[in-house]
Amino acid sequence: MEMTRRDLFALAAGLAAVGLISLPADASEEAVKAAVEKFAGGMPKSGGVEIVAPEIAENGNTVPIEVAAAGATSILVLAAGNPNPGVATFHFSKMSAESRGATRIRLAKTQEVVAVAKMADGSTTMSRREVKVTIGGCGG
Amino acid sequence: MSNIKPRVKVPSTAKPGEAIVIKTLISHPMESGQRKGKDGKPIPRKIINKFVATYNGEEVFSADLLPAIAANPYIEFSLKLNESGTLKFVWTDDDGSTFDLENKIKVA
Repeated sequence: MEMTRRDLFALAAGLAAVGLISLPADASEEAVKAAVEKFAGGMPKSGGVEIVAPEIAENGNTVPIEVAAAGATSILVLAAGNPNPGVATFHFSKMSAESRGATRIRLAKTQEVVAVAKMADGSTTMSRREVKVTIGGCGG
Repeated sequence: MSNIKPRVKVPSTAKPGEAIVIKTLISHPMESGQRKGKDGKPIPRKIINKFVATYNGEEVFSADLLPAIAANPYIEFSLKLNESGTLKFVWTDDDGSTFDLENKIKVA
């Protein structure tokens, strides 16, 4: 097969994408999976939940986060690297202008924040976002 | 504790169907149960575990909170209202005590 420069770039991009998807599992990945499955009743499809969080949080004791997913009836927030992954669940109603909630959370170390949204029809989607933590919250 | 005090920021008026942002805060230590005291014993967990907002008696937003919520839990959400009424907030502590606040909103 003739390998053009363009093919090579496409291949490299593909490999990079695969690498990103298969990030190493955290120690509490099992607990995260259990919490997600309990909430969603299965593994949700990925993407579709907006997570607004600082890229670098200086103080893990109070990290502002915001989650949103259009049409969601509830959103579960998890911190994958905390001793206990659970953070909060927001429940919306037909009087919610947007399925969006914001709060401040504790992060023990640099980790991924996971958000799972449950839609009115029962389908679920999940997104992740990494937050780097300079000084961890919890413990002390 | 006597210093637990809820505060909210709610617009007093809104247009029908307009998105309004509700900001709430309650001063509370949110003791996670993970920390150890000076004697080396864990400090028992004591957090606000539930927040509910109702409008004219109907639940419009709620949140289940766990120890990973920062001290002085801050919660922000949005609503769109079609009629005037009373927005009531209730925070529930692990020990069963509740703290509440009411705000009237005029929709016109």
